Amino acid sequence: MMNLSCPVPIAAAEYVQLAHGGAGLVAQRLLDSVFRPILGNPQLDLRHDSATLQVDAGRLAYTTDAFVVHPWRFPGGNIGSLAVHGTVNDLAMSGARPMGISLAFIIEEGFPVADLREIVAAIKVAVDEASVQVLAADTKVVERGKADGIYISASGIGEVISPLPILPGSVREGDAILLSGDLGRHGTAVMTARDGLEVEPPIDSDSASIHRPVLAMLEAGIEVHCLRDITRGGLATVLNEIAADGGIGVHIDESKALVREDVAAVCELLGLDPLYVACEGRFIAFVPADQTERALGVMRAHEVSCDSVLLGNVRGGAQRVTMRGRIGVDRVLDLLSGDQLPRIC
Amino acid sequence: MKYLDEYRDGDVARRYADAIRNVTTQPWTIMEICGGQTHSILRFGIDELLPPEIQLVHGPGCPVCVTPIGQIDHAIAIARTAGCVLCSFGDMLRVPGSETDLLHARAEGADVRAVYSPLDAVKIAESEPEKRVVFFAVGFETTAPANALAVRTAAMKGLRNFSALVAHVRVPPAIEAILSSPGNRVQGFLAAGHVCAIMGTSEYGPLAERFRTPMVITGFEPADLLQGILMCVQQLEDGRYEVENPYARAVRPEGNTRAIELMDEVFEVSDRDWRGLGTIPQSGLALREAYAGYDASKLFDLPETTARDNADCHAAEVLQGRLEPCDCPQFGKRCTPENPLGAPMVSTEGACAAYYRYRAKDLTPLLR
Repeated sequence: MMNLSCPVPIAAAEYVQLAHGGAGLVAQRLLDSVFRPILGNPQLDLRHDSATLQVDAGRLAYTTDAFVVHPWRFPGGNIGSLAVHGTVNDLAMSGARPMGISLAFIIEEGFPVADLREIVAAIKVAVDEASVQVLAADTKVVERGKADGIYISASGIGEVISPLPILPGSVREGDAILLSGDLGRHGTAVMTARDGLEVEPPIDSDSASIHRPVLAMLEAGIEVHCLRDITRGGLATVLNEIAADGGIGVHIDESKALVREDVAAVCELLGLDPLYVACEGRFIAFVPADQTERALGVMRAHEVSCDSVLLGNVRGGAQRVTMRGRIGVDRVLDLLSGDQLPRIC
Repeated sequence: MKYLDEYRDGDVARRYADAIRNVTTQPWTIMEICGGQTHSILRFGIDELLPPEIQLVHGPGCPVCVTPIGQIDHAIAIARTAGCVLCSFGDMLRVPGSETDLLHARAEGADVRAVYSPLDAVKIAESEPEKRVVFFAVGFETTAPANALAVRTAAMKGLRNFSALVAHVRVPPAIEAILSSPGNRVQGFLAAGHVCAIMGTSEYGPLAERFRTPMVITGFEPADLLQGILMCVQQLEDGRYEVENPYARAVRPEGNTRAIELMDEVFEVSDRDWRGLGTIPQSGLALREAYAGYDASKLFDLPETTARDNADCHAAEVLQGRLEPCDCPQFGKRCTPENPLGAPMVSTEGACAAYYRYRAKDLTPLLR
């Protein structure tokens, strides 16, 4: 016998379905039940194809990044807050005041709507904290098995307020290198969450927006030559990148690079060097040596960078990073050839 | 950090270095056996604190480095078998076999998973009963008890889809092989603290006696290593050849008796091939007959391998302490961590990789 009854759409879906990424009513329902109530703002509420921005003639910074972190939830944040922080921070590293971000969600069929709501809520908290708007957003749903739960692609636009180009090429011999806080927390938080390593209490990611101390330094008239957020590859990798791109030698003091006790313990256990482990709320700043104390004062006035220290300085000569180690011996701090792999014993 | 910071104290290190300078009257060559010690020595620059008379040479104590190429080929063959999961410690994934490595095999579709503990592999076997799960059991005596526990746990649970590809090696026969070799120049040993924490110190007395060579059980932090070197130099200067154990906070003379019992239950001593060193009698561990049902080398039809190490690679001399990594003609030229000719350039504990990472001062190491 034929079944002639109409399929009744489920009113409040518990799991994201393929139709949620389409153009029909079901898709509208997901937007209306999850995204608009949380993220709604005058720009998004226009439901137009693109956002428009009023800008004074000046320089804009623009950045884009994809977020695929696994697991999507980790101690101290989730993929949503991470996408906002990462985008805001990339703008800040050009000396720009973040104006807005756009977010594209690629969601795997079957992803729990409650989890999606948790991610969107974290985005809301992060954009509010950073005083930026979500200017545009998009949602696509892919078949089960075609993605790892959820991916977010984020772009950001900001207004450059630094009078000088903030680039590795602007770094000068003698510059002080300032580090905005402790190292290795995001990487260890994600690794312990990913591998079910039970660390009590859990290590929270340092994921945070770091634009405020940066903007404060610029507003205070500090001549910031270069900035870099310490993400993948950790401090050692970003220092090597700047040394290579800027054609400079970098020398740092290992004893100044703070690593929290619990982070050091997990790294020791796994055979990882915290100098190569990712952060998501830390940056290094290159400033003229005679502005060190003033810059540190500004940085330390912000909670996100209250543990800022003078890490080292820029030297002439070979383009490489050297480090005075804990027992007083200098050595090269090189790039790793690949990802750090946990060791055998 | 407690138990860490105090052993990385600069003043303590300098005091030991001064003491070593004060007792040294002539040249001595000392081998640290374990790759973890090599890594620490180079990472902290301990060799640069020593007087020029003291030469440290680096032993074969990196399990990744000495796992023979044929075993890696076997692991890759298992990983490529349909329905199989190959679990391994992360270190092993990048070590080249004769054609490829496990990371590339994974990229090509093989199910290769990095685990932190062999018991994780047992859990995978439990939760994925349709798969055959093989754990690549490599390492010295340090990892053997946990690997034995995994096999015994699988046996107690009656898991028929779990097995282990065993490539375990033992330290004392390697020391014996090095001291017996005609070109040997090692006069004293820093024995591996972690291995002795499991096995105790009794295996080293007969070696010290027979070869008239001091053996000092040594840890891995700067203060541990410098203390070990100081005690070893003192013995050499005094003409003594004893086993001394300054690493008593981790090593008891009898070792970890429960771990030893567990190893004995599951494993038996066997001959073993070492990459770069060849076959060393009694230098490995293999699963006992009672656990043959968990022995991947028996369960899988693995090809006879005739794979040989790259002829241009001088790993054998490096692993025996006859060649400093940076004196190898290929070092930093044809052989780099991105393009390794041999395993010591791959593993984080390999001597060549440690030199490349911490000492490549003249290689303009910026890669871009």
